[in-house]
Amino acid sequence: MSQTVTKKLMLFFPRCECEKPIIYHLVKDYNLVVNVYRAKVTPEEEGYLVLDVTGTEEDIERAMAFVKTFNVSINYSGKGVTRDEKSCTHCGYCITHCPTGALYIADKATREVVFSEAKCIECLACIRVCPFGACASAF
Amino acid sequence: MKTYEQINDRIESGKAVVLTADEIMDYVDKKGLAAAAKEVDVVTTATFGPMCSSGCFLNFGHSKPKIRMSEAWVEDVLVYTGIAAVDVYLGATQLRHGDPANMYHPGEFRYGGGHVIEDLVAGRKLQLFALSYGTDCYPLRELRTYFTINDLNQAIMVNPRNCYQNYNVAVNDSDHTIYTYMGILEPGRKNANYCSAGQLSPLLNDPYYDVIGVGTKVWLAGAQGHVYAEGTQHAGGVERTPGGIPKSGAGTLALTADMKQMRPEFVRGVSFRGYGVSLALGIGVPIPVLNEDVLRRTCVRDRDIMAPVVDFSQDYPQNTGKVICYVNYEQLRSGQIDVDGKKIAVGSLSSYYKALQIANLLADEIRRGDFRLAKPIAPLAKDKKMKPLVTRRRPS
Repeated sequence: MSQTVTKKLMLFFPRCECEKPIIYHLVKDYNLVVNVYRAKVTPEEEGYLVLDVTGTEEDIERAMAFVKTFNVSINYSGKGVTRDEKSCTHCGYCITHCPTGALYIADKATREVVFSEAKCIECLACIRVCPFGACASAF
Repeated sequence: MKTYEQINDRIESGKAVVLTADEIMDYVDKKGLAAAAKEVDVVTTATFGPMCSSGCFLNFGHSKPKIRMSEAWVEDVLVYTGIAAVDVYLGATQLRHGDPANMYHPGEFRYGGGHVIEDLVAGRKLQLFALSYGTDCYPLRELRTYFTINDLNQAIMVNPRNCYQNYNVAVNDSDHTIYTYMGILEPGRKNANYCSAGQLSPLLNDPYYDVIGVGTKVWLAGAQGHVYAEGTQHAGGVERTPGGIPKSGAGTLALTADMKQMRPEFVRGVSFRGYGVSLALGIGVPIPVLNEDVLRRTCVRDRDIMAPVVDFSQDYPQNTGKVICYVNYEQLRSGQIDVDGKKIAVGSLSSYYKALQIANLLADEIRRGDFRLAKPIAPLAKDKKMKPLVTRRRPS
């Protein structure tokens, strides 16, 4: 059995493609484990879906080929939430609001605040609380 | 014993020994107080955090024909015009015209006075809109133009209150989220916020104002400025630890410097959700090691500094003066404090990272001979008390 991998994807839906049960097919037809972070899929509007998919490389590849047939564009960069290094003052105010420890102090001597994209679940708490507007969402 | 003159001579010859307030404790532990006091000339202290009582005077120069501005806005933020014709004062907490504030609670407060000050220092182009009633000597009644800081005759930061000596740790004892200038506080003491550079903070390294006074030269966001007065609400006469460290707010400094010399990364607009706008500033203050006493006081450590934990849902707004307990900055920096047996997650509004950067930048400037110290021309009051505002009935 081939090894499973997890990939973070951002799917952008053009108008009118949102009636299709895409997630259902990813699970049912392509054996993928799906973990949705954020979704906004509304009839007659553009939409997005940020998710992790876990499965074999082959299944993920086939699934993405299927997704593309709906005119959905796929972004593999996984950067739904970003932290602007220049804007961040490293005060550490965000840390208590970040539920997964994606924002943390790595070095106790310098107290620099580090952002780990891998740990970020895109809850957007940091965007709500940062007094300097250092965190932003791609959508 | 050293004098300011001797220290400045050493700075000028490029031989001054300068350490930051973050380094000095271990250095003194290693060398001994007497030897270190002979060797070290200056200890640099610093802080970076929101300081609401900040602002600046701007002089625009005269248009053709001339205007005596009676109302004016920079980027739609109201400035004070009750001074000479084209002088204005721009305050850090002023909201932008039309900002809904907390009408839809909690408001976002995305842009205001602090952000205009940040944009000015960053050299961005800004809009000025001014109105006037018109006079014989100043006939123009309306003006709209665009400018950068370089177009101004003067842009001088004049801050009535910076560098609070110590500060509250805010918690929320109510059953709902509250939005304060100490950040968002979750109900039931779920989180706590503090705002001080602790052992690196200027007035915590000179707790009795022995060397920092009116006339002391400071590093204000990269510009060389000075203390022009005691800060508003300066009140050194508060309860202190056995080591002399105030257990609450206490001393403050009024600072001024030329904004044209400032560095934008140390002048940052702040948006507090549900509260308003402000300005975060980076400030460095050099402490001349005149004698062993001065040096000993710069060796203060986070664990020696106590801060009061205060409920911002009731006790702070109602001005009851109640303190839940005291915690030290070592505990605060660990990210968790223990209050009445409950562990509370702690966040900071003050950036130790930036403060450290400033202490090192200032130390480098002094070592290079680019920053001389100034002897105070007047001391700060040591035991002044803070007066409340008494609301009285109309006198008959």
